[in-house]
Amino acid sequence: MPAVSKGDGMRGLAVFISDIRNCKSKEAEIKRINKELANIRSKFKGDKALDGYSKKKYVCKLLFIFLLGHDIDFGHMEAVNLLSSNKYTEKQIGYLFISVLVNSNSELIRLINNAIKNDLSSRNPTFMCLALHCIANVGSREMAEAFAGEIPRILVAGDTMDSVKQSAALCLLRLYKASPDLVLMGEWTSRVVHLLNDQHMGVVTAAISLITCLSSKNPDEFKTCVSLAVSRLSRIVSSASTDLQDYTYYFVPAPWLSCKLLRLLQCYPPPEDGAVKGRLVECLETILNKAQEPPKSKKVQHSNAKNAILFEAISLIIHYDSEPNLLVRACNQLGQFLQHRETNLRYLALESMCTLASSEFSHEAVKTHIETVINALKTERDVSVRQRAADLLYAMCDRSNAKQIVAEMLSYLETADYSIREEMVLKVAILAEKYAVDYSWYVDTILNLIRIAGDYVSEEVWYRVIQIVINRDDVQGYAAKTVFEALQAPACHENMVKVGGYILGEFGNLIAGDPRSSPLVQFNLLHSKFHLCSVPTRALLLSAYIKFINLFPETKATIQEVLRSDSQIRNSDVELQQRAVEYLKLSSIASTDVLATVLEEMPPFPERESSILAKLKKKKGPGAVSVELEDGKERGELNGGGDRAGDAAIAASNASTPSPSADLLGLRSAAPVSGATPSAGSLLVDVFSEAGPAATSAGVNDDGFLSSAPPTAASEDPAPPLPESDELLNKFVCKNNGVLFENQLLQIGIKSEYRQNLGRMYLFYGNKTSVQFVSFNTTVSCPGELQSQLNVQTKTVEPLVEGGAQVQQVINIECLTDFIDAPLLNIKFRYGGALQNISLKLPVTINKFFQPTEMAAADFFQRWKQLSQPQQEAQKIFKASHGMDTEVLKAKLLGLGTALLENVDPNPENYVCAGVIQTKAQQVGCLLRLEPNAQAQMYRLTLRSSKDTVSQRVCDLLAEQF
Amino acid sequence: MPCAFSFSCTCCSIRFILIQNRAGKTRLAKWYMQFDDDEKQKLIEEVHAVVTVRDAKHTNFVEFRNFKIIYRRYAGLYFCICVDVTDNNLAYLEGIHNFVEVLNEYFHNVCELDLVFNFYKVYTVVDEMFLAGEIRETSQTKVLKQLLMLQSLE
Repeated sequence: MPAVSKGDGMRGLAVFISDIRNCKSKEAEIKRINKELANIRSKFKGDKALDGYSKKKYVCKLLFIFLLGHDIDFGHMEAVNLLSSNKYTEKQIGYLFISVLVNSNSELIRLINNAIKNDLSSRNPTFMCLALHCIANVGSREMAEAFAGEIPRILVAGDTMDSVKQSAALCLLRLYKASPDLVLMGEWTSRVVHLLNDQHMGVVTAAISLITCLSSKNPDEFKTCVSLAVSRLSRIVSSASTDLQDYTYYFVPAPWLSCKLLRLLQCYPPPEDGAVKGRLVECLETILNKAQEPPKSKKVQHSNAKNAILFEAISLIIHYDSEPNLLVRACNQLGQFLQHRETNLRYLALESMCTLASSEFSHEAVKTHIETVINALKTERDVSVRQRAADLLYAMCDRSNAKQIVAEMLSYLETADYSIREEMVLKVAILAEKYAVDYSWYVDTILNLIRIAGDYVSEEVWYRVIQIVINRDDVQGYAAKTVFEALQAPACHENMVKVGGYILGEFGNLIAGDPRSSPLVQFNLLHSKFHLCSVPTRALLLSAYIKFINLFPETKATIQEVLRSDSQIRNSDVELQQRAVEYLKLSSIASTDVLATVLEEMPPFPERESSILAKLKKKKGPGAVSVELEDGKERGELNGGGDRAGDAAIAASNASTPSPSADLLGLRSAAPVSGATPSAGSLLVDVFSEAGPAATSAGVNDDGFLSSAPPTAASEDPAPPLPESDELLNKFVCKNNGVLFENQLLQIGIKSEYRQNLGRMYLFYGNKTSVQFVSFNTTVSCPGELQSQLNVQTKTVEPLVEGGAQVQQVINIECLTDFIDAPLLNIKFRYGGALQNISLKLPVTINKFFQPTEMAAADFFQRWKQLSQPQQEAQKIFKASHGMDTEVLKAKLLGLGTALLENVDPNPENYVCAGVIQTKAQQVGCLLRLEPNAQAQMYRLTLRSSKDTVSQRVCDLLAEQF
Repeated sequence: MPCAFSFSCTCCSIRFILIQNRAGKTRLAKWYMQFDDDEKQKLIEEVHAVVTVRDAKHTNFVEFRNFKIIYRRYAGLYFCICVDVTDNNLAYLEGIHNFVEVLNEYFHNVCELDLVFNFYKVYTVVDEMFLAGEIRETSQTKVLKQLLMLQSLE
């Protein structure tokens, strides 16, 4: 055991930690912890007042137990007491406990804020720092409200100690980030900016983070910081390696501060003032020069610190993008790093060069390193470095080197790490299209792509090759010939069959003159793949066959034979069967003219943004794709193409495919919702992503309560609750879990649990589409008097929900008193630019707070009689709207939350229940009697409780359930 | 909460600092954003899974969700800092080393057990050097002087 340092002892703590470490099993550990908890609890509850030392020790033990992963539900008060101790060690433990176990208990917050306030005004720098660190660590809104006015004063006061200034600056930063509306810098701005001139480098280091954040939000107010930052930087850069003493790190003067200064400057354009700019350029040149000097130490710390500054300087140079000389020098420097023995440097050089490649000044300079980068792609051991190399190749690609780069990327694909294959495929596809001079090269490249990495070729990619072939008649014959050859391979990827089927169906006639690829040979080749393919591919092939009948009447008999076979016309898959039947009929009854019209060659696709590019953007996040398709003329698009003989049929079938909604609930962890667009239907429908909900218009709903329109309200205000929301509320009266809502885009699952007057609800928002939702935001509100009846707290969800992903939101509910209305849940997000705005009622009903009460018959009747005042009773007689099955009724009554009492009612057909509704204000006992009349299919429901509103509400709720 | 674990906050640097041993036991977890306890546990496990599979020839950086982890291994301990993808890798890598040198000096040849038994002091060291997700103080001399002063207040 290491020596616990002398002064503070806390032997008890050390012994306890040792004990825990010596525990042989988890059980032993828990046992030991429980023993300790009991001990601490008794000490805290004991009559004897604890001295500060003991209190500190026990609070510290509690903290340790919490950090081991156990819940701590007491000791907060003792920790708060420690805050007002005069001893540093006691105070420190108190603050630490508060910082780690942030608790929004309102009474405590007030006490904590009080203690902080005292420490802030204590003029004791140690205490002030502790208080500031606590604010910085917790950063809650309450603290911002209490201290946002005070801290700027401390920060700029002349007599504040340096260390306090450092803490105050960052504390303010934290409050500004958490509650920008509460931090008003107005009058302090100039004095804060001038902290850049502070003598103490630590103060500058801390203050500059604050200034950078404020500058990025209010660049104009803070723009005087530019010249100050430049002069500070200049002083550091030109200082000798020993000038800055404490702030020299392995012979590098103030590396972190230099980086922060360079980063601050990236909030602004190049300085307008010539002198300032000259000075800055000089600094940047000095930094670049230093990179060439022999190292002052062999230690990696020295070179890392030096290079940290260098990379930050290069970032600034790229940010300005106006100094060709500096850009080219930066590029040369990075070029040297590309072959450095340090993997870190190679990685960072590749990453940094990627941004340099997009500058017109340095693009050519970057290109000279192509061989090195290709080599990196082939030889680097770390996949993340190879990934950067691939990114850089993509960024440096232009017409002059496209063939080489695409070839290299293709050959790399054969051995590429699985994790990056899909992205590589997308990149190859984009480059091939963008820089295609002759389209036969493009077709070859994509077919190669499918051959090499077929599994990673997403639909977008093969849709795209078809779009382009259809839009460019000079490549159609070549494409037909090439796919025909590719299909000769004994084993070819299913994507190849799809492309082959589609292209031969359209353009097979262009190669039919060659007896080696006569119509029947083509058909037989396609059909030889048929049986190994999945349903969507087979569906596509059937469409190709009917097109063959139109193109080559001589194949009609053979193809009709195939369509007529049992395996098609009686196929168990509805889609295939329908196609076979319809195509067979079409080919037999339609005249040649009709057939020729229906099965005409596809019209060219209208032009839009490449769906592949969109996909890559989605994968990498916006802004990550620097290469834009430049030449609109050259690209065609599949998007928006409406009717395609058979494919419209797929779209229709897709829309009626039930969604896998049942999957949603099983998941506790946020597993992605499986296949939001059912794969069977995704053939061509997915490409119409811009068409959004309309493409899959026949909405999916399992429960029938949402057959109406997709939410298209365009207003930013929360939409009024859906008309179905009451019905939907009723669905959850007797159950806690299920699908709350579902439309074409979104599915909301719900899980909830209640104890006493508290409830916790988990909402799972599943994005059913393949496109991300942005600005995703949900709010829960309690309208009207509900505000004073329920206390509802939600955690914010992330504003981005990826396609197919699911996010979870936790809602905590406290029932203050009985209530009638339900809280409203409003969900807003943007899907493909359109604002979606949905309001629902959250299924929180009064009965959720029932505690079942078991009682004997005598008890029941006695209480029943006690509640005999007319307003205490509510009664309803109503017709059964569901079956009157005993087990179902029992399950519903139990689901209501009450205890189902046996042998109470003399009539065994009747049901009686009892429960107590727990609210914060009071407990409401509730008795229930349900009398079914099977003959008349009627019920009589009677509720008695000590509160009239409760009787009525529970009666109303329950009456809807049977 | 403007500081959600997302792109939205551009001027947040460090999201969290973790010290873990090879078995995945956490020796320090310092969070600079709001996470609930489950999320923290998940992050801890993910970081461990991502970092421990890498060998010495790999970079000290690894992409992590929408962020990156800058990490360095010292004996059996992994020191990990999660920052924005645009943050300066080498500055944080040396930030870790600077921190480790301070711990080493403060605990006289620091070892894993020092961090276990003095966990509450480690928090003090962290707060001296990193605050609100930013670098607060980089001078080892200054930090150690302050720590010794605090030590004398026991």
